[in-house]
Amino acid sequence: MSVASVHTPYTVPLAMMDVLQVTVLLLVAAAATGVVLTRQPARQVVVLSVYGVLLAVLFLVFQAPDVTLSELTIGAVVLPIILLLTLAKVRKREE
Amino acid sequence: MTPAQRRWIFLVAGAGLVAFYLWGLTGLPGFGNYPGPYGTAILRVAVAQTQATGVVSAVNFDYRGFDTVGEEFILFTAAAGMAVVLRHLRGERDRSALDEAAGRDVPATSGAVRMVALLFTGPAVVMGWWLASHAQASPSGGFQGGVVLATGFVLVYLAGEFLVFKRFSPVDLTDVVEAVGAAGFVATGLTAVFLGMPYLKDFLPLGQYPGAVSSSGTIALISFFVGLEVAAAFILIVGELLDQTLLVRHREA
Repeated sequence: MSVASVHTPYTVPLAMMDVLQVTVLLLVAAAATGVVLTRQPARQVVVLSVYGVLLAVLFLVFQAPDVTLSELTIGAVVLPIILLLTLAKVRKREE
Repeated sequence: MTPAQRRWIFLVAGAGLVAFYLWGLTGLPGFGNYPGPYGTAILRVAVAQTQATGVVSAVNFDYRGFDTVGEEFILFTAAAGMAVVLRHLRGERDRSALDEAAGRDVPATSGAVRMVALLFTGPAVVMGWWLASHAQASPSGGFQGGVVLATGFVLVYLAGEFLVFKRFSPVDLTDVVEAVGAAGFVATGLTAVFLGMPYLKDFLPLGQYPGAVSSSGTIALISFFVGLEVAAAFILIVGELLDQTLLVRHREA
């Protein structure tokens, strides 16, 4: 039984799914480039957080809700917090 | 080595990497085509075997439960290592910062941030708890739930209350909760061994209705322990880092 043959009231047409997947893939690629191109560390953390959210959306669109939840909490919340705290400590030492 | 030579070495190495990468890509199965038999087999038997409709959790906490124990201890070791590296050393003293001196105004957290943080604290805790306790029913699990729970505590800090954060999550208590979570997972596996079954074999009654909160036996139990461990680990990590930031501020004041 292939995934495509399953029909529920919530089934999204395959063509629409393809468009959605390509769109989100492009957005993730753009956000990743944005993270690399941002030179100022504190701003980079914020962009990284946005990238985390987009990656979570990507996993959702590719039908992996479990991974979405993990990525949303780790990539968009915990990782930026830890990085910001580290930046705060390093900056204090430099001053 | 001159910059020109360096650039050549980079270009040659880069071209080699790209070639290998593209070669590897051509060998991948087509987009969306999963060739392995394992996933299909699991999808067919998982719900009937485990009474869990959250099949990802069934795989994580039952079919490959032993791997998950290992992953669990990666986080446990990371948090423990962090606590060791960031411990207060003998030479480091907590001194009151200038901004704690009497009669000085401390810049307050903005009202908007406090408001939003407080608004989301309750929902984050409820959501985390719900995720950790519904691994057997829906896409969720102890790991995701634990991190969301920890986020609730971080929001308390964001609301401008480091002391409240510390009071809610004293390091000793967080340590104990983390250890109980990690040990609970291992103990669940060992209990099966004592009952004469393989390690981590589901020994609890599976329940009558697939996807009910009370169903799936040890899958729900392990998810609960993982939730405890992960929440405590992240609270510990963030707490240690906050402590460090404040500690440095104290030393340089």
